[in-house]
Amino acid sequence: MLSSRCWQGGDEMPEKALLRNAGVPHVERIDVYLARGGYQAVRKALLEYKPQEIIEMIKRSGLRGRGGAGFPTGLKWDFMPKDPNITKYLCINFDEGETGTFKDRYLVEEDPHQVLEGAIIAAYAVGARKAFMYTRGEFPLGMKRWIKAVAEAYGRGFLGKNILGTDFSLDVYVHRGAGAYICGEETALMESLEGKRGEPRLKPPFPTQVGLFGQPTLINNVETLACVPHIVLRGPEWFASIGTEESKGPKLFCVSGHVEKPGLYELPMGTTLREIIYEHAGGVWEGRKLKAVIPGGASTPMLTPEHLDVPMAFETLPKVGSMLGTGAVIVMDESTCIVNAVLHLARFFAHESCGKCAPCRVGTHTMLKILERVEAGEGRDGDIDLLLDICETMYGKTFCPLGDAATNPVTSSIKYFRDEYEYHIEHKRCMV
Amino acid sequence: MAIPAVDRKLQLVKRSRMLDMLYAAQKRYGYLSEEALRHVAEELGLPLKEVCSTASFYSLYHMKPPGQYVIQVCEGLVCSLRGGAEHLVDHLRQKLGIDVGETTPDGKFTLQTVQCLAACDTSPAMRINDDLYENLTLEEVDAIIEMLAGGR
Repeated sequence: MLSSRCWQGGDEMPEKALLRNAGVPHVERIDVYLARGGYQAVRKALLEYKPQEIIEMIKRSGLRGRGGAGFPTGLKWDFMPKDPNITKYLCINFDEGETGTFKDRYLVEEDPHQVLEGAIIAAYAVGARKAFMYTRGEFPLGMKRWIKAVAEAYGRGFLGKNILGTDFSLDVYVHRGAGAYICGEETALMESLEGKRGEPRLKPPFPTQVGLFGQPTLINNVETLACVPHIVLRGPEWFASIGTEESKGPKLFCVSGHVEKPGLYELPMGTTLREIIYEHAGGVWEGRKLKAVIPGGASTPMLTPEHLDVPMAFETLPKVGSMLGTGAVIVMDESTCIVNAVLHLARFFAHESCGKCAPCRVGTHTMLKILERVEAGEGRDGDIDLLLDICETMYGKTFCPLGDAATNPVTSSIKYFRDEYEYHIEHKRCMV
Repeated sequence: MAIPAVDRKLQLVKRSRMLDMLYAAQKRYGYLSEEALRHVAEELGLPLKEVCSTASFYSLYHMKPPGQYVIQVCEGLVCSLRGGAEHLVDHLRQKLGIDVGETTPDGKFTLQTVQCLAACDTSPAMRINDDLYENLTLEEVDAIIEMLAGGR
């Protein structure tokens, strides 16, 4: 039931951008969306700006990719070849599957036209005539709403031939994934779109040179594209005025786990973990104490209460050994067994490892086996060092970032909670 | 006269229909039986092994006949933290008398566990066929199962 969802911006951001339509009944319908000023950004972009001017605008805004890697969006757009005779494509990455993350699902299910507007402007800027929406297989509602939104946009002349009377034309195609987290990795997504196993490709060449069907392809995350109409309408300076030195704009933070009010919160980049957890998400539930927090989804190293004042931004979290990732804050209270929590993440990565390269295929499953026995009270002396050894063998040596990601929960939890692992092995039970 | 470059391009585009065709075949045959996979291979002009290799990569394709209702309980970290996951799975195991990965003898229910369903703010969560159920309690799970067991 979506009505139970908690979505709100912080008080200091009176004008929400990405969530401005949150809670508006039937805003997924184009009439409602248009009545709220929808498609003004597409109108402005196509009628008032040249494609290269849009790229410069996105560059000036400081927007960085919201899918986890944080690559500068304008720069990525600028990498696309400018020759109009080359066939170019746009891919929309809606394969959201990172544990703790649910922002893209919200955006497409509740406000699909906002994302579509961003996609149209992106395609216009890079000269793509075809856009491919890759939907996670588990999101039938999002897919249904997206297909309807696309049909409505065709009906009103925002898609199809000669959009708004310009010489720009765009068609949108929808593909449904079939259950594989790895397809969120951009080259695996393209393999999957091409009807193959979703195994990542070797990079370089990068997708902006050789992408879908061998053509230059721009691929962006749903939230990244949702930012675009707001940048066009309010100007890049507005966007760049929000956030920190290297992380600009509003960000959707997904807060889950042991908090009073789990939900989706639109806050400026650089908001501290403390503010997100205690001021917006109502604090740790049942008056308990905070034990650990994962700041950016399953792939990011966990942190402890001493890190609560770190701003949530691309450049600040690495300073304390973690990453912003997708901005999915998973809160764990004092009653949490850290070994058990890490076991769940290890199961996730072992299940989702595509099997293409040995370090990840073997490493994730071996770590899972060890964690299972430690958690079950059958751990052996040396298991902790064995885990660290496997992490070292995997890190930086796998084909794609999934292998690195799989090591993060393990190494970070041993760093902060080694005593809990030791207790498990020594006393054959949990200490909490 | 065959033009190799055009043929290659056509083949690429044709193959991109694979995932949709596998869904369609699954709907028609009930699951991806050998017959279903052969059908897809013929349509796409690909060797059977290519189609099998692709189908087996993805978790939403059934390689054996599933029950009428496929229950997928999220066993992700957040659902587990919010008191779901193991609790729900154990409950459903007992209630249905089957283990994870099995189907009830009457062919009504298949029990599966899945990774994150992107419903972490409304956890614990599960999917039954294409419907998502959120903020679940054991009582609600019972009510849902009884409703489905009674209906046709």
